[in-house]
Amino acid sequence: MLARLAVTSDELDLFAGQLDVILGAVARVGEVAAADIPPTSHAVAMTNVLRPDEERPCLPREAVLAGAPDVEDGKFRVPRILTEEA
Amino acid sequence: MTDLTSMTAADIAGAVAAGDVSAREVAQAHLDRIAALDGSVHAFLHVDVDGALQAADAVDAKHASGAALSPLAGVPLAMKDVVVTEGLPTTAGSKILNGWVPPYDATISRRIKDAGVVMLGKTNMDEFAMGSSTENSAFGPTHNPWDLQRVPGGSSGGSAAAVAGYLAPLAIGTDTGGSIRQPAAVTGVVGHKPTYGAVSRYGLIAFSSSLDQAGPFGRTVLDTALLHEVIAGYDACDSTSIDAPVAPVVAAAREGARGDLSGVRVGVVRELGGEGYQPGVIAAFELAVNRMRELGAEVVEVSCPHFQYALAAYYLIAPSECSSNLARFDGVRYGLRVGDDGANELETVMSLTREAGFGAEVKRRIMLGTYALSSGYYEAYYGQAQKVRTLIQRDFATSFEHADVLVSPSTPFVAFGIGERMADPMAMYINDLCTLPASLAGTPAISVPCGLSEGLPVGLQVMAPALADDRCYRVAAAFEAATGPVLSPDRLAIAGGLR
Amino acid sequence: MSDFDDVVARYDPVIGLETHVELSTRSKMFCGCSTEFGAEPNTQTCPVCLGLPGALPVANEVAITSTVRIGLALNCSIASWCRFARKNYFYPDMPKNFQTSQYDEPLCVEGYLDVVFAGETFRVGIERVHLEEDTGKNTHVGTSGRIHGADYSLVDYNRAGIPLVEIVTKPVVGTGRFAPEVARAYVTELRGILRTLGVSDVRMEQGSLRCDVNTSLSPAGSAELGTRTETKNVNSLRSVERAVRSEMLRQAAVLDGGGRIVQETRHFNETTGDTRPGRSKEEATDYRYFPEPDLVPLAPDPEWVARLREELPELPAARRARMVTALGVSAEDMVQMSNAGVVDLVAATVEAGAAVAEARNWWLGYLAQEANAREIEPAELAIAAADVARLVELVEAGTLSVALARQVVDGVLESGADVDTVVTERGLKVVSDVGALEQAAADAIAADPEVAEKVRGGKVTAVGALVGAVMKATRGQADAAAVREILLTKLGAH
Repeated sequence: MLARLAVTSDELDLFAGQLDVILGAVARVGEVAAADIPPTSHAVAMTNVLRPDEERPCLPREAVLAGAPDVEDGKFRVPRILTEEA
Repeated sequence: MTDLTSMTAADIAGAVAAGDVSAREVAQAHLDRIAALDGSVHAFLHVDVDGALQAADAVDAKHASGAALSPLAGVPLAMKDVVVTEGLPTTAGSKILNGWVPPYDATISRRIKDAGVVMLGKTNMDEFAMGSSTENSAFGPTHNPWDLQRVPGGSSGGSAAAVAGYLAPLAIGTDTGGSIRQPAAVTGVVGHKPTYGAVSRYGLIAFSSSLDQAGPFGRTVLDTALLHEVIAGYDACDSTSIDAPVAPVVAAAREGARGDLSGVRVGVVRELGGEGYQPGVIAAFELAVNRMRELGAEVVEVSCPHFQYALAAYYLIAPSECSSNLARFDGVRYGLRVGDDGANELETVMSLTREAGFGAEVKRRIMLGTYALSSGYYEAYYGQAQKVRTLIQRDFATSFEHADVLVSPSTPFVAFGIGERMADPMAMYINDLCTLPASLAGTPAISVPCGLSEGLPVGLQVMAPALADDRCYRVAAAFEAATGPVLSPDRLAIAGGLR
Repeated sequence: MSDFDDVVARYDPVIGLETHVELSTRSKMFCGCSTEFGAEPNTQTCPVCLGLPGALPVANEVAITSTVRIGLALNCSIASWCRFARKNYFYPDMPKNFQTSQYDEPLCVEGYLDVVFAGETFRVGIERVHLEEDTGKNTHVGTSGRIHGADYSLVDYNRAGIPLVEIVTKPVVGTGRFAPEVARAYVTELRGILRTLGVSDVRMEQGSLRCDVNTSLSPAGSAELGTRTETKNVNSLRSVERAVRSEMLRQAAVLDGGGRIVQETRHFNETTGDTRPGRSKEEATDYRYFPEPDLVPLAPDPEWVARLREELPELPAARRARMVTALGVSAEDMVQMSNAGVVDLVAATVEAGAAVAEARNWWLGYLAQEANAREIEPAELAIAAADVARLVELVEAGTLSVALARQVVDGVLESGADVDTVVTERGLKVVSDVGALEQAAADAIAADPEVAEKVRGGKVTAVGALVGAVMKATRGQADAAAVREILLTKLGAH
């Protein structure tokens, strides 16, 4: 599934009922007639926040890899990949 | 309990600056109290004894050198574990980050260190800040110092409990839908959610990016304001950071402490009260409104008709953003990895890792958000929720034409029992009823203790227009000065402890 | 070839191109990490481009400017207000498991680019130009070295977060049998524009310019659009052309056999020149786009956009038109020179005294090959236009043969010395001692009586083998034409 969660069947039973209730409650947003209302994606209206194109120091590679579950040759090692890149 | 742990942050800072006490003594007193009592409160996930003492020593050394100290130098602080701290474990209350040691500091971590504030450790929280009781922590719940069988609110329950339990005079929390104000209310301390963009989010592990905001906890309004001024201000690392002077909240707290509210128009929000609210909460709130009138405030009633949709909008926007923000926890670069047995493909390992690493509430919200953003549902759910957000902002704008601040109870009810609401997500969600509108609008709001109901603290919420955080502090400080403290060591279940 | 002619007689091809361009900014799109190519793995990363918990993006000003300039150069309208969006999907080369991109609000829309092929102008509509971040790079470890059959993969995030501009064309119709060449010409022209703007290295072999090619066929004369396929991994200009041709042939074969074209992603194989289906996704992709809350909207100031428009450099098409007149070359020659990036070099060589035709031949011929072999641009070769002009002069004077002149070029490129120094130091001069040549010619005839006999018998072309032998004997320092004359005279073939 899209969320990449291997939910167990017990959990799924529990969640299914709960999510139904929650979805029923949140569907209330549909009660508001808002055809002409602009959506708010950002609470504070700002535009054009930009950074000058300047180099900054990177992290040392030891720090980059320190928390990784598996490392090889300075890279992050992952199990074989089933799907093609998008 | 020692004198040092019962002092306010302002007094500690004054004593350290005057040389009456060393920062090390202050830090040690708090570490001792944590060692003695946190077994029963469980406010902390990680206590950094060495780091705290080193930071305290640095303050003492600076003082000895004759250099001027910053206003909160030498004052201990408890940091919510959702804020990234270099070299100090940061888990956000989740198993999926168990053992992760960040290679960098959040902007507010850096500012706190630079100000000579002494970080005692990292506090417990609902996993990834999702919850209202701190019961969703992967590392066990935090107990309310007023009654250890009750929750301290959430998600910043560990920070609130640390301050309420005199384990730290100050704490940092984060508030996405009420996660500072709600725990502040139910533990009897002060907590402020700043204007969105007033405090840098750089280094806050994101739950819902368009709503998350870090803020201060203290036992007094002035302490809270002092910490606010340490953490607030423009940060070039956060695109949503507001490039404007910090609201003069310390001055406002001092001004308010004179107890005069004449000329201040206080708007009571009609929609935040009544049915579903505990009678004791309503009673305490009404007394508070009367008290403000006595202090000279002009009390008016305002109506915000779209606040009733805040809960629905919030539980679409926050889960949607979290489903995206939490996608990075996949066992590739850091944190937990589960199921890498040499046979499983990456996709399976990612799924097993996330299944094992996330708790039930986080999974519920990821599923809800994934659904709300999916094609065919986006407009009806996420898109519509953002329109409701606009309407709530307009309600605020209209109300602020008639009032300088808006007030309501901070929560519909006092602290509930641990385990009471865990089976019913909706019963948990309505804890945030009063705090959600300001979160969605990005406007500032403070919770200040306003009395007791059934022997447990009740909070008064004071809301102000964006960037006018100082109004929250002024009104809260006036109210505080008039009513006296709600919290006191002898009212706590853990009052004893140390000599 | 007849296959292809047959296909275009019965089907109308429709092509579309999605081009990804890595911008040559100093720092990445949303953080200050270096974008330098070829660094040690994971040494150009930071909390932001690694997607560490808590890190936040801040957009690179130059990347925004470059994108707008690209849009303007492609005749696009620039959005007055637009937002970044998150494109959500899981893949290990994406540190956040979402890509910060643009969705329904791209920075630039509705433009076009005219490309010329075979004297005909084709207008390619530009649907959108938007800005996003690049991904990291996976290396698949195992016997095959490819994703299929790999045992595991390794991830390097140095490339993650480099600004990436995506340029999407509208479906291009009416190209008929020129579809493959028009596709190539479009990418070539686009590359020229990007190079002129100075916004990207446009190195296809390094991946700073990457193409996905959409192809479909509809029955000739019919208005209905066929099902399209998207071919990825098209990493050279030649491959763009081959991929379209190969996909047209494949689709026609499927349709002719009564089959249906499946809408899918295919991969171009550089070795075989054909396309293969990608492994199908386990799940239908729903990217769940939503506005990026961590970045605020962009609102390009119209005055700023107007200024950028005024400050655009002369673009290749305009420059070609001007240089056609200035240099007096044909439009087609000019297209070729422009595509090879040598217009300025030819002009400078002419300025230094060479004839246009000679200057053109050198820069499009031997020098272009040398640049290609070194994987650099002709302009980056360590030889000046004045050197090339001097070479032309020496060849015209008969001091150097063309073969010798090439050796001089090699010497200049190796040593960095000028032409005359190389000629002197290496003793590279045409052997004009007729006696020595006569002797060499006699030796060659004696050594290969069979060929000599053929030439005597009237098969004049066979003399080439003998010329080669003489040239070899004189270490290339003879004038091949003179040698030929001597040989033919000796063999009485005149």
